[in-house]
Amino acid sequence: MEIPYTVEARPDTGLYNAKVGIWLFLSSEVMLFGGLFSAYILLRVGAVPGTWPHGWQNLTLGTINTVVLALSAITTLMAWVACKVREFGKFKFFHACTLLLAVTFLCIKCEEYREHLNHYEIYMKDGTYADGDMVQNDAAQDYIVIDGRYTKNEMDLYDLRSQKVVEKELKIPRSQIQDMQSYGPWHNDYLALYFTLTGLHALHILCGSVVIGYLWGPGRKLWKTDPERFTNRVEVSGLFWHFVDLVWIFLFPVLYLT
Amino acid sequence: MADFFNQFPPHRDESHSHDDHGHGHYDPGFWAKYIFSTDHKVIGIQYGITALCFLFFGLMLMLLMRWQIAHPGMPVPIFGHLLELIFQHPGMPNPAAGGVISPELYNSFGAMHGTIMVFLGIVPLAFAAFGNYVVPLMIGAPDMAFPRVNMASYQAYFLGGLVMTVSFFIPGGAAQAGWTSYSPLATSIPTHGQLFWIIGMILLITSSLLGAVNFIATIIQLRAPGMTWMRMPFFVWAQFVTAFLLLLAFPPLEAAAIMQLMDNVAHTSFFLPTGLAVGGKIAHVAGGGSPLLWQHLFWFLGHPEVYVLILPAMGIVCEILANNSRKPIWGYKSLVYSVLAIGFLSMIVWAHHMYMTGMGTVISTFFQATTMIISIPSVIILTCLFISLWGGSIRINTPMLFALAFLPMFGIGGLTGLPLGFNVSDVHLHDTYYVIAHFHYVVAPGTIFGLFAGVYYWFPKITGRRMNEFWGSVHFWCSLLFMNLVFMPMFAQGMAGMLRRMANGGANYSAAVNSHAGADVIGGLSDSIMALHTPILWAAVCLGIAQIPFIINFFWSISHGEKVGSDNPWQSTTLEWQTPTPPPHGNFEHFPVVYRGPYEYSVPGHMSDFTPQNEPEISTPAAPKIPTTAH
Amino acid sequence: MSETTTAKTADPHSPGTPQSHEHPVDFNSYVRRCAIVFAVVLCAVGLMIWASFLHLEWSAKIAIILLIASCNAFVVAGFLMHLLSERKMVYTILGFTVSFVIGLFGLTLWAMTDFPLHTVTH
Repeated sequence: MEIPYTVEARPDTGLYNAKVGIWLFLSSEVMLFGGLFSAYILLRVGAVPGTWPHGWQNLTLGTINTVVLALSAITTLMAWVACKVREFGKFKFFHACTLLLAVTFLCIKCEEYREHLNHYEIYMKDGTYADGDMVQNDAAQDYIVIDGRYTKNEMDLYDLRSQKVVEKELKIPRSQIQDMQSYGPWHNDYLALYFTLTGLHALHILCGSVVIGYLWGPGRKLWKTDPERFTNRVEVSGLFWHFVDLVWIFLFPVLYLT
Repeated sequence: MADFFNQFPPHRDESHSHDDHGHGHYDPGFWAKYIFSTDHKVIGIQYGITALCFLFFGLMLMLLMRWQIAHPGMPVPIFGHLLELIFQHPGMPNPAAGGVISPELYNSFGAMHGTIMVFLGIVPLAFAAFGNYVVPLMIGAPDMAFPRVNMASYQAYFLGGLVMTVSFFIPGGAAQAGWTSYSPLATSIPTHGQLFWIIGMILLITSSLLGAVNFIATIIQLRAPGMTWMRMPFFVWAQFVTAFLLLLAFPPLEAAAIMQLMDNVAHTSFFLPTGLAVGGKIAHVAGGGSPLLWQHLFWFLGHPEVYVLILPAMGIVCEILANNSRKPIWGYKSLVYSVLAIGFLSMIVWAHHMYMTGMGTVISTFFQATTMIISIPSVIILTCLFISLWGGSIRINTPMLFALAFLPMFGIGGLTGLPLGFNVSDVHLHDTYYVIAHFHYVVAPGTIFGLFAGVYYWFPKITGRRMNEFWGSVHFWCSLLFMNLVFMPMFAQGMAGMLRRMANGGANYSAAVNSHAGADVIGGLSDSIMALHTPILWAAVCLGIAQIPFIINFFWSISHGEKVGSDNPWQSTTLEWQTPTPPPHGNFEHFPVVYRGPYEYSVPGHMSDFTPQNEPEISTPAAPKIPTTAH
Repeated sequence: MSETTTAKTADPHSPGTPQSHEHPVDFNSYVRRCAIVFAVVLCAVGLMIWASFLHLEWSAKIAIILLIASCNAFVVAGFLMHLLSERKMVYTILGFTVSFVIGLFGLTLWAMTDFPLHTVTH
């Protein structure tokens, strides 16, 4: 006996098995990201007033990524439509676009991570702060060079939106440095959330790309034998991809804009 | 044994195994058949056997802990040297030096006992094993909706179990922060055990997630023609709600586990507050995190998890009671709506585990109210099951004994939970042995009895042979006696104020010990309360010994048990008994069609006292309302 | 997605039986629909960025930005994921999920902000 409703819809639900499955899976994903977003809300509400960072992100890269992902959501849908009207050439084109866009997204994400990890907050022995991108950190030299600024007030470091920051190259002797730390996830709760949320999101992009890449590559064999089922697979993977896009639609404002 | 392994036709020719797709016969090799199987029945058996092994492992950890509690500082008899050998790592102090369990080792046993019993023992057995084997059969499906996802689910579970087990043998040992792994304690203990715990948990959560998706999709999509929602056996309903709880309650814990992983690995401070001091020194962390956040996310899973543990057992008990009282279940619809209500309410009661965290009075009152409300559907279920016995022609056999014992045992467990749900009385009882006694009554003589009932009940379907009745009743009576002897005294200990998680069994609060040392402690634990440790220890040992008849009976009966005369040895109405024994790949010879509800026992005018669900109406041969299928 | 291998051989050129959507799919209408959705998404992103530079209280800005993001999400979910014309079963599943998400957010936040009197330090 074969498993029924793998391709055709069950009359009383109007759905085929995989579609029920993916919506269930997406519900659990909603709860997963829901847990993380609730952590975001609680940590932000509980933060000491004035210490929640604003404007710490590269808005240009973030906006580009948002557009890239939105575009990939469109091409994913078009790939499914192409299958639905039985035009395999168009399917291949649209999903090639999706894959390229996904890779672009991940590359931009990597560049953003690199920028953060290369950004240092340096606490000087005289109580001032130096803050900026590391230019030279050679262990053999007794100084480091950053592209940044000095400030006496710690609060200046948090809100970059409401102040004009003038950055210039600073040469800081190691003897004056009390402590220095890069803007990694260990730096504060905001960056911890940023790295965890976007990291998990990037992992979803990666998994989604693998699935789409499989359908685009070795998985396309199924098209020849059972196009309806192949179309269903494209639809289901597309639903997942759209969900990942939805998550980003909320991640972008909460991490980059507010 | 032969019948058991001949459930699926032996492979005839391995060279054909690649091009036999679609020829209608199922002919895999050994590995595909038993190890990488996609057949729901094999996966169910895999889950069942692995989970029973972990349950036994958890029991052993408990015995070691009970020894330590009753005789702190004394070497463990028989196993002491083995422990010393296992936990020996060059360059590190041995946590079991001289066979004595150190407090650190005790903590890791405690943490792992909870983790193993809940996540590796009962959930896989109750939900995955019984669910996998029985649910598709009961709803008349040929398999689960996604067989390969099903296999992946078992593999993730197995891997998770492996990671948890391996963590015992690493230097520093397994996780020590309790099964709840509260931060910042979990992040502050300097071992890698916690890291293993988190990774293991992420694997187990993934496994549950895949399983839950599969179960729900199967129940929604693959019900046989005529199997309407209100014709599903209650066991299927229970599994359905359980799957929803796993699907929606587990991910927040996964989120929390990811954050704790980040705290451990990337040195973030999600759960680490500003000014955290570890070992008397300010910890070098960014701070700003919230330890309560972990507790919220943990208990958001943790409370629904309680219902994940209990609902499948209720389902099993319901099937067995109906079958052995030869009478329809009383209030089937009340049962269904109650189980749905439990599922819904279980998601909004979690903070009753957190009354002592400094929550405000308003929110405490809210959670107290929802907690009281959720006891109503539980009581409805229990009452329906009790009333179902009234006027039945009851057959007493091993599954029925366990099912009957479930009712009062779960009743004790449930009712003793009420004082914990009230935030005022919880202030006194929180974190005492009373809590331990309460949830063990729910889970050990409650759920585990339900699961034993299920093993004895479905064993003939799986193997074609019955388990021995005499040894079954020996197993039952001894388990019942010793379970109560173990857990009943703990209520008294808890109410006297004995805290849980103390490696020395509360000796530092003992009035006798303190007065001997010259300290003046008000309200110390009395001698009679402290003395209860010893009978509990020996009852626990006897409880362990009482499982030996079960283990021997189980394996002996696979090959030597009494053969069943028919495919339906219990004269049951549900569909899993209307297939060949054991069911072949694909389960049914042709798609079953369902004509009636699940519990049509002793229907007046019918020639036998049971009417299977797939037996057509004789008087009205009109076609049933069925969705037209492609088959 | 992963069932036991079936050997259903269907003619790749046959129109197939689109059970899950009553209307036959029209490629060009989908292109139009996608163009509109993409335009809306771009507008929403632009609006959000513009709103974030307004001289307002952060709380007001957050509310505005999240409102725009929700509209954006509604468009993506409604049209790209076909959520506006889905089956009852999907709505039921999502309905449960949404209620639990609200419970998780609302009750945790409530619990974290409801303190016994005179114990709040900041």
